[in-house]
Amino acid sequence: MIKAILIFNNHGKPRLIRFYQYFAEDMQQQIIRETFHLVSKRDDNVCNFLEGEVFHPIFSLIGGSDYKLIYRHYATLYFVFCVDSSESELGILDLIQVFVETLDKCFENVCELDLIFHMDKVHYILQEVVMGGMVLETNMNEIVAQVELQNRMEKSEGGLSAAPARAVSAVKNMNLPEIPRNINIGDINIKVPSLSPF
Amino acid sequence: MALKIVKGSIDRMFDKNLQDLVRGIRNHKEDEAKYISTCIDEIKQELKQDNIAVKANAVCKLTYLQMLGYDVSWAAFNIVEVMSSSKFTYKRIGYLAASQCFHESTDVIMLTTNQIRKDLSSPNQYDTGVALTGLSCFVTPDLARDLANDIMTLMSHTKPYIRKKAVLIMYKVFLKYPESLRPAFPRLKEKLEDPDPGVQSAAVNVICELARRNPKNYLSLAPLFFKLMTSSTNNWVLIKIIKLFGALTPLEPRLGKKLIEPLTNLIHSTSAMSLLYECVNTVIAVLISLSSGMPNHSASIQLCVQKLRILIEDSDQNLKYLGLLAMSKILKTHPKSVQSHKDLILQCLDDKDESIRLRALDLLYGMVSKKNLMEIVKKLMLHVDKAEGTTYRDELLTKIIDICSQSNYQYITNFEWYISILVELTRLEGTRHGHLIASQMLDVAIRVKAIRGFAVAQMATLLDNAHLLTGNTQRNGICEVLYAAAWICGEFSEHLEDPMQTLEAMLRPKVATLPGHIQAVYVQNAAKLFATVLQKHEGESDSQVAQETSQLLIDRLPLFVQSANLEVQERASCILQLVKYIQKLQQKNVEVAEEVTALFAGELNPVAPKAQKKVPIPQGLDLDAWINEPPSESESEDEKPKAVFAKEEPKHSRTKHTEVDEKELARRREVRKQEQANNPFYIKASPSSQKVYDAPGVEHIPVVQIDLSVPLKVPGMPMSDQYVKLEEERRQKAKAERKKKEKKKKREKRGKERKADSGPESEEDIAPAHQVDIVTEEMPENALPSDDDDKDPNDPHKALDIDLDKPLADNEKLPVRTHRPEVLKSPADDRDSESFPLETKKKSSKEKKEKKDKDRKKSKEEKKKKKKQKEVEEEPLESQLEEAVQSEEIQEVASPPTSTSAEASDLDFWLSTAPVPPATQDVTAPPSVTTVSASSAAAPDSEPEEPKETEPEDTVSLQKLSKHKKKKQKKEKEEKEKKKKKRHHHHHHHSDGGGEDSVQNGTVEEEEEEPLPPMSNYSLLAENTYIKMVYDIQGNHQDESKVVVSVIFENKSDSFLKSMEFNVLDSLNSKLQRPEGAGPHDGLTVPFQLPPGVSNEARFVFSVQSIVMPQKLKGTLTFIVKSEDSSTHEKLDFRLHFTCTSYLITTPCYSDAYAKLLESGNLKGSSLRLEGINMPFHHLLARICFHHHFSVVERIDSCASMYSRSIQGHHVCLLVKTADQTVSIDAKCDEPSLLGNVLDEIKQTFSKC
Repeated sequence: MIKAILIFNNHGKPRLIRFYQYFAEDMQQQIIRETFHLVSKRDDNVCNFLEGEVFHPIFSLIGGSDYKLIYRHYATLYFVFCVDSSESELGILDLIQVFVETLDKCFENVCELDLIFHMDKVHYILQEVVMGGMVLETNMNEIVAQVELQNRMEKSEGGLSAAPARAVSAVKNMNLPEIPRNINIGDINIKVPSLSPF
Repeated sequence: MALKIVKGSIDRMFDKNLQDLVRGIRNHKEDEAKYISTCIDEIKQELKQDNIAVKANAVCKLTYLQMLGYDVSWAAFNIVEVMSSSKFTYKRIGYLAASQCFHESTDVIMLTTNQIRKDLSSPNQYDTGVALTGLSCFVTPDLARDLANDIMTLMSHTKPYIRKKAVLIMYKVFLKYPESLRPAFPRLKEKLEDPDPGVQSAAVNVICELARRNPKNYLSLAPLFFKLMTSSTNNWVLIKIIKLFGALTPLEPRLGKKLIEPLTNLIHSTSAMSLLYECVNTVIAVLISLSSGMPNHSASIQLCVQKLRILIEDSDQNLKYLGLLAMSKILKTHPKSVQSHKDLILQCLDDKDESIRLRALDLLYGMVSKKNLMEIVKKLMLHVDKAEGTTYRDELLTKIIDICSQSNYQYITNFEWYISILVELTRLEGTRHGHLIASQMLDVAIRVKAIRGFAVAQMATLLDNAHLLTGNTQRNGICEVLYAAAWICGEFSEHLEDPMQTLEAMLRPKVATLPGHIQAVYVQNAAKLFATVLQKHEGESDSQVAQETSQLLIDRLPLFVQSANLEVQERASCILQLVKYIQKLQQKNVEVAEEVTALFAGELNPVAPKAQKKVPIPQGLDLDAWINEPPSESESEDEKPKAVFAKEEPKHSRTKHTEVDEKELARRREVRKQEQANNPFYIKASPSSQKVYDAPGVEHIPVVQIDLSVPLKVPGMPMSDQYVKLEEERRQKAKAERKKKEKKKKREKRGKERKADSGPESEEDIAPAHQVDIVTEEMPENALPSDDDDKDPNDPHKALDIDLDKPLADNEKLPVRTHRPEVLKSPADDRDSESFPLETKKKSSKEKKEKKDKDRKKSKEEKKKKKKQKEVEEEPLESQLEEAVQSEEIQEVASPPTSTSAEASDLDFWLSTAPVPPATQDVTAPPSVTTVSASSAAAPDSEPEEPKETEPEDTVSLQKLSKHKKKKQKKEKEEKEKKKKKRHHHHHHHSDGGGEDSVQNGTVEEEEEEPLPPMSNYSLLAENTYIKMVYDIQGNHQDESKVVVSVIFENKSDSFLKSMEFNVLDSLNSKLQRPEGAGPHDGLTVPFQLPPGVSNEARFVFSVQSIVMPQKLKGTLTFIVKSEDSSTHEKLDFRLHFTCTSYLITTPCYSDAYAKLLESGNLKGSSLRLEGINMPFHHLLARICFHHHFSVVERIDSCASMYSRSIQGHHVCLLVKTADQTVSIDAKCDEPSLLGNVLDEIKQTFSKC
């Protein structure tokens, strides 16, 4: 079971949080902070698993030594999955990769800004990958197809942001404070241990 | 209306959407909180509007704010509104928000039930999908109960997209509403073979999650999973299945054997590392579960270790990490194969990745042996020096201590070395583990007597150099060590060379800066030292030293008297006064040493940490009962006398108890003293043992002189290395000596056989440097041996421990939506999805009918049989024969869930045979076979027989057979009976004399009817020419899962029987309790030997889970027969029969309580008629009481009510009536199958007479 999925940037700002067990908001924030402290200390060339470290409070927060953190670091973003012992470590690493690649496909060269401004969309994509803490689908094409079908449906309904509002947005869009780096999956060399297709 | 919409969309233009909100927050970095609070105000305004689009937009923004940590639960109702929008766009927003912030205590959730149900049945698959996704996050027990049926319908939806979501969410439903598991399970199982891989994967996922928590319930699915494993190509599914097998194999070793080959193939063939890794993991689990009898056992281990080595050597840190993790699993069972990779693991200690270093440390823990402990610890000490960062260094420190202290210091051959390691560790600055080192020092000094002299010398040095440890005292954890040092020096002060100096060190003014609890120990132990000094110097001509010491204390102690710490102050002032008084006496030249020493006489023995917990609560003590009644809230006069009455009653009985307890305590004390006297490991409190002290090998170790010029190092400490050298030398010497001896032997034995290895020395060869007693920790007498691991009572998975193979009962159907809940709908009105539970319902009722018919047939046949049998009391031969059938059948027929046994034997078959497709065979007995055998009872003399011989046979043929044998039986009858009586006389004192069994006497002849044969509950277990075993099974009220099997072993031969080992093949339900650390297949040694003709009794504890069905366990007794000139190894197979009766315990019951129990309506009834019983009624009752552990509640003429309780608290009530040779028993019990089995057993008892 996956207990939580956290995405935050290099400064610990949450970009998406998804808990599959209830935690009050302040607890959620504390977990994010602790996780960030733990994960950000680590070099990029160390292993991507964190478990049962007695000296870290995060595990008592999450609920015991059965849980571990499995994470990947892409450019400015950390993708952290908190899972229990029923999940395969390498499998989850692959799943993160699938998720990020799916984001990349759906947003066309995904970058942190996409996640910032379209948190809801990211959630909808994630919902096609993981449901209630269990892996729903690992086939990227299938995920993308379902997401697109739903988006098409939304469009046919006129969408949430009707045309006028969008125009306003477009104007507002002019003064972007910064343009963050692109986290194009293709460019970053990520070593995925088992690249066999799911 | 149209205008309103236009107005709404114009408003919308100026509303912020999510992007605007995000942008706004980013532009207000300085006053983010303030900006957000204005946004929230806006959102509140938006939520008040009627326009659903505006609301949805607002909710979407709230979801974002929730991520930032804002509580948005106040908008829960609006979220529900958005959820119920008809537009997918808004619905999706609503469900997303709900899934982020709803939880079980959100009260609006109960408003959503109907909306969700509507969405689930929506024609649009995405509406359904979104609802399922949302529900998976916030499902509550109520929602689960109300929607379980709808979701189950969706599991057969036409769209795979919905199917897989419905399948996945079932897991959440099961968790919240465990009752749904059984009805839904068959369909879930079906989905394992769904054509869509996604659905299949989801089903595997759910079942794996379920099985992980309660694996035994899912064993019967093993064949199906096996098929999936060999056919699936989806790595994700494969990984899940392989992980599941890892959880199942410990329960069924045969499964492991079957798995090894395909797993090995996968390991060789797969290119996916994740799959390879999980395969290796499961192979390891299999190997752990298998006993070592496998032929290609070592090959598999080698393969695993070799693959793991490749992982560890990989440059990818993740693989390295996992490789080490898996390696540590192998280590537990096959340490040898891992130890050969010690180099690799030590190398990992140098890795830059801390996680990997920690894993390597874990591995080292298991790799140490007596041989390499010193070497490994030496390496670790080097790392301690190098380590930067206190956390890792602390981890190293704890690991060193763990490694050394594991399994009671098993690997330490030289405790002086260990003490010096501990002392070296005190050099660590700023470690948090001072208390850990301290407790180790204390533990070693207390428990290893021989080391005390050395330890005391080291501790004295530490005390002398205390200033080095306490550099910056308060936050320095290491000063805890001084606590231990002071205590050891004080307690074992007789070993001190110069107690004066130590005393002086302990009273330095600097001590006052130490934490209070340490000062207190200092003060107390200064007094102990003082006593020692006095004793040493008394009797000397000039008493100056003694007086100086007194003066020293009188000078220094006032400092502590002023301490702010209460404990220090109290002790100091007390001791100060004492010393002053002693000084006075000294001046008068009175000898005081003896009396002062007496203050601290006696020795402390270590007590096991769990000792307190293991003291069983004495019978009759209710810890929850009030000692004094709480003051009643209302002070009305009416209640007062009542309270007084209630107060007095228990008081009276309690005092009685304490009296008994005190006597009992005194007795126990005696027993314990006796035990301690006989225990060689126990240190007696006699002072002589303390004084007569001889530590071999201490003298030659020089305590290095203190060199104070070297700062920040406790001088003279880096000594442990010397020990390594010394130890090597010592071993070399020992080895050389041994070789010499061997050579000698060889010379003597030359030509006979070649000595195997003179190469590497084995573990056993290394003798410890000191003869060391490690004092075992004290446990309370009659402590319970079991170590029940405390399971979390709140674990939601506990509720899911449900037998899935039983057919569904009527009341288990999932609740279906009805228009008016109180009116039950007829099943036909329900949707077709209902057909499933309906079917099972019909089925089960059909089964019931069948069973009834069967019962009727049974009793008829019985009657016939009875007539034939007439006076023949017992036909051992026949019963032997029939027992064979019966053993299978009782389980078959007596238990309603026919599918259980069918599935179980399917599994057996699948496991026992080679690659036969699992679904095709049908080995189970046809259920139509009737239980003739029931009439012939479980004869005590029955021999154990091969199970496969017992293929079901037709009733008729059986009866023929029995006729055939009758002639023989008559002849044999007499003989057998004699034997039986003899045996009875031998054992009847073991019988638990329940009820009215005074009639036991076999020679009562005043009775008109035939005398009651002697009764014994011991029945034959097995017998051969050497040994005879009879057994009885008894339950115990205090532990609902344990029964005690008492077995009497009787040596029938002329030889000596020894090394008896009793072993039983555990079933899922019943397990032999083995001592901690024993494997699941290890036998238990019978704790005695048997000289010729002698018998003795041993008891074995079994844990049982379900008690509603009788059970048989196969087992073997192995023993060595030793006669004067030879000894042979023999074995004897047996079958332990756990009848349901054996789970019952004679429990008295008062008639009013009995009546209440019957009125409660919780009990289900059943009845039994016995005909042709011609024995007096009280004999009949006595038999029931005695053989079936009942007690008579009330008896009126020829009618009696009886009661018994099972170890798990089921009530069993009987109403026995008799009228001319017919006995009818009406029975009630809260567990129908238990009752059925008990009645069957009663029937058997009476069919015997």
